[in-house]
Amino acid sequence: MLRYTSMVVCLILLGSLLFGATAVAQRTMSVQVKEGQLRATPSHLGKIVARATYGSQVIILEERGAWKRVSLGSGKKQGWMHNTALTNKRIALKAGQSNVGTSVTRDEIALAGKGFNEEVEAQYRKSNKNLDYTWINKMEASKVTQEQMEDFISGGRLTLGGEGGRP
Amino acid sequence: MKKHFWQKGFILLTLITLMACAALETATTVATTVGEATGTITKEQGQSIRKSTTAVAKSLEDFTPEQEYYIGRTVGAVVLGKYQPLADTKANTYLNTLGQTLAQASDMPELFAGYSFLVLDSDDINAFATPGGHIFITRGLLRCCRTEDALAAVLAHEIGHVQLRHGMKAIEKARMTEAFTVLAQEGAKSLGSQEVAQLTQAFGGVISDITNTMINNGYSRSYEYQADAASLSILKRLGYNPGALIDMLGVMDKQIKPGGSDFAKTHPSPQNRIAELKDSEKSIVGGEPPAVRKERFTKAVGHLLR
Repeated sequence: MLRYTSMVVCLILLGSLLFGATAVAQRTMSVQVKEGQLRATPSHLGKIVARATYGSQVIILEERGAWKRVSLGSGKKQGWMHNTALTNKRIALKAGQSNVGTSVTRDEIALAGKGFNEEVEAQYRKSNKNLDYTWINKMEASKVTQEQMEDFISGGRLTLGGEGGRP
Repeated sequence: MKKHFWQKGFILLTLITLMACAALETATTVATTVGEATGTITKEQGQSIRKSTTAVAKSLEDFTPEQEYYIGRTVGAVVLGKYQPLADTKANTYLNTLGQTLAQASDMPELFAGYSFLVLDSDDINAFATPGGHIFITRGLLRCCRTEDALAAVLAHEIGHVQLRHGMKAIEKARMTEAFTVLAQEGAKSLGSQEVAQLTQAFGGVISDITNTMINNGYSRSYEYQADAASLSILKRLGYNPGALIDMLGVMDKQIKPGGSDFAKTHPSPQNRIAELKDSEKSIVGGEPPAVRKERFTKAVGHLLR
């Protein structure tokens, strides 16, 4: 019985040590765009395999040029994201949000919605009634799909071979 | 009895080890976060450095893409206070397809809410790019573009301004301090109405710094040459002819009216820009794009070029 117990304990100890080693090697970054895409290949034409919302934390698995292969949601989803969609700062979605933890100082946190935000824009608009945002909203809504982009590239005899920071 | 003692001992030991591992992990995570944020220095070093410089060392990097997006929206609204939008779905759709494709090939492909493009109904030769990725081009500048490649060169130049954060760099230092002073008070708590008022005032200042430079005074010459260089590299990455930028500038040179309040005032002369481009890129030449590109260009914007 004792031998059995000690074996189990040893396994647990070994397991926790290995877990500790993995945790040390892991590097976490936050998604700093409204909607980030995880792609099958390190290219903006790579198939979108998952989406990551603003402030999501991802674990960096691999780096290639300006691209990082990341894992999201305890490793269930994996894919490539461009550097410019990620930040080293932790993005807290709400003020005082618990996931940030007390050990992280203010400078390491980027608070979502902090600073110049919707509220500040609304305030500014109150005293600048001449400003019209109708067309700003309209132009922001003109999103080009990946399919349209692929058609545009191939239809125009173009390539996306030397993409920004691509290896 | 002895067996139970050993079992309890092992369980206790396991628990202690697990707790130690958890603490180690937390410590490592914190250290890593600091290390990542500040380079290679230790947590203690980071903290002492931070304590002594909290009030001063605030820079552009402290603006999140989300904040740049909100700055960009209002800068865009100011541009639209000066120029009317052109409600031409065909042209605007084409402009967005071309522009968003070009943006993917830039060094800054991802912005908080992506890039968006709009034609302005004016004969002035002008274009603007906000820090939030809103890009505007007048009908007058569109008329300087004879091909899709030339239009791509214009849009890529504007994307270059966003990529190089030229708009944000127009913010006065004092203004930056003003904004960050309010933000520093806030910490991780939410803003009170007093802070919102202060922040809105700082926001107004930031907007006028950017729009004054962008619309009235123009960026420095070196910024324009940098944006031209960025345009060339974006064009090359997508397989456009980089020489189309020179073609476009040649047409602009003939159409621009000296003394105008548009590019004539805010940009180096087309001649100088051409000279600068040829200086850095000896082999650059204009040329005709393939027929497919000509066709879709004429179909989408041909009616605006007359």
